[in-house]
Amino acid sequence: MTRTLVMDQGRIGYGERIVGEGVNVSFDKPEIVSIIGPNGSGKSTVLKTLGRLLEPMAGTVLLDGKNIQKMGAKEVARIISMLPQSAQAPQDMTVRDLVLCGRLPYQNAFSSLKVEDVQAVEAALEETGLVNLQHRPLKDLSGGERQRAWLAMAIAQEPDILMLDEPTTFLDVRYQLELMKLVVKLHKTRGITVIMVLHDLNHAAHFSHRLIAVKQGQIVADGAVADIFNETVLSQLYDVNMVFSKLQINGEEHTICVPYESRI
Amino acid sequence: MTNKELTAQNQLALPKDGRYRRRQLAYAGAGLFLLIAALAGILYGAIPVSLQELSLLLQGQGSNDTERIVYYLRLPRVICAALVGMNLALAGCILQGVLHNPLADPGIIGVTAGAGVAAMAVMILAPAFIYWVPLAAFIGALVALAIVFLLAWDRGINPLRLILAGVAVAAFFGGGTTALWVAFPDRIQGAVNWLAGGFAGARWSYVWIVLPYSIIGLLGTLWNYRKLNALQMGDEVALSLGINLKRTRFILIFLSAILAASSASVAGLLGFVGLIVPHIMRLIVGSDFEYLLPASAVFGAALLVGADTFARTIFSPMEIPVGIFLSFLGAPFFLYLLKRRSRG
Repeated sequence: MTRTLVMDQGRIGYGERIVGEGVNVSFDKPEIVSIIGPNGSGKSTVLKTLGRLLEPMAGTVLLDGKNIQKMGAKEVARIISMLPQSAQAPQDMTVRDLVLCGRLPYQNAFSSLKVEDVQAVEAALEETGLVNLQHRPLKDLSGGERQRAWLAMAIAQEPDILMLDEPTTFLDVRYQLELMKLVVKLHKTRGITVIMVLHDLNHAAHFSHRLIAVKQGQIVADGAVADIFNETVLSQLYDVNMVFSKLQINGEEHTICVPYESRI
Repeated sequence: MTNKELTAQNQLALPKDGRYRRRQLAYAGAGLFLLIAALAGILYGAIPVSLQELSLLLQGQGSNDTERIVYYLRLPRVICAALVGMNLALAGCILQGVLHNPLADPGIIGVTAGAGVAAMAVMILAPAFIYWVPLAAFIGALVALAIVFLLAWDRGINPLRLILAGVAVAAFFGGGTTALWVAFPDRIQGAVNWLAGGFAGARWSYVWIVLPYSIIGLLGTLWNYRKLNALQMGDEVALSLGINLKRTRFILIFLSAILAASSASVAGLLGFVGLIVPHIMRLIVGSDFEYLLPASAVFGAALLVGADTFARTIFSPMEIPVGIFLSFLGAPFFLYLLKRRSRG
């Protein structure tokens, strides 16, 4: 189902500290969107405020036209699922236990598991390739497998909007690639919107439809990858000189950037 | 039902893996421990009661003396110890989950110290009102909790501030207790025993004091087991799973506080139960609160009943307060936990 998510004049930040002011951004179709920008620019803050993890100090976030802060936490959790950076789980928890947690927004205190819950969990395990690992405790998994398990939990929530906060940060190149491909697959098969914070610019450009550039708490550029992924925008964004080049790999065109010199 | 739904239905049953058996064993073991400890608690003491006497009593043919010992002395004491053990274990479970801190126990949020100073004040300043000690301790605990909540409030309870405020309030009330000792050295005799924690003098009225809170606490924590599972994965994950973080955290900490306060009001300051019981159970049944809470509740009850029986019979007729006994047991375990953590 297509959802609209809009931040209108958001003043965002933590506690007393204002990170950004007058932030406007909207999402109205199932696409893959990456939020990019320098460290400390407020990328995660934007994402968390959109996902209801943080309350905007002023302005509103509207989900299908309704103020997200006035909606119930469970109601939002059935539409938006968010994989935060800080995710941690007890080491003895199994993959299946973790994925089952994704059904919390659909459960009451004592309600027993319903057929839909099990089906959602099975589907999530299948799509993330974890069926054979489902009874393993998380501590026995590799970093890539563990991240997939968290993704499976988020998917078991059956969201229409999936948010990921730097999902590839601690993974090596192979697992990074696997995870990005998995995200694209989930977007295609489930028709969901994916909004993620990414550091790897080449990944962001290759796997997204749209890029949002954030600097000092402001959205400085927002648009299709072709309009953002160029020297004019990115050199400004990171204060770094970059070259861009097109490569043909397996008949697919990749645009890549190589930063080579700091401007300051 | 379609085939797919039927398969799903079959998978609702949990796989009977190693964890399943370990959990069944833990339940059975803790239950058995509780039964044996309770039986021992009824039979052993300054005047032992034999099994025959007990069975006669149950058939309504016991002697008056046996009846008095069992019914007025031992039974309320065993029940009191069981309820307090359960309450402290549950309070520890909750706090360790909510505060993401494996070393959290009811002492950390200041309620124990609040109970202590209030009980001390009554025993030392107004010894005539000794029967009001449980009530005073309970009120003292709630006052301490209110102060800690006020200090830790930052648009909801901030866990780190809660711990800092709890430690500060505990130190403040601890100072108050010491001040009372220094000012009235001649009156501290009975009071010191209370501080050490124990069940000497436990009677049915004590049971009625604790029981309502035990019931509320037990139902409340079990009611929230799924939320506790979500909370232990971090606040942000809990939020994204649709948990109302502020409300849930408030309710759970409040539940743990009344569990600890009701315990302190009848048993004084018993350390370590709230810390070690959840840890031991976590090692056995794992960290899923669906199993951790009931296992800890039963094991906590069994541990206190057993420890109390041991502490009052080992040097019979002299009783050692069970709190001292538990500290000797608990402190080394605490160090063991620290060592395990620093290695792993």
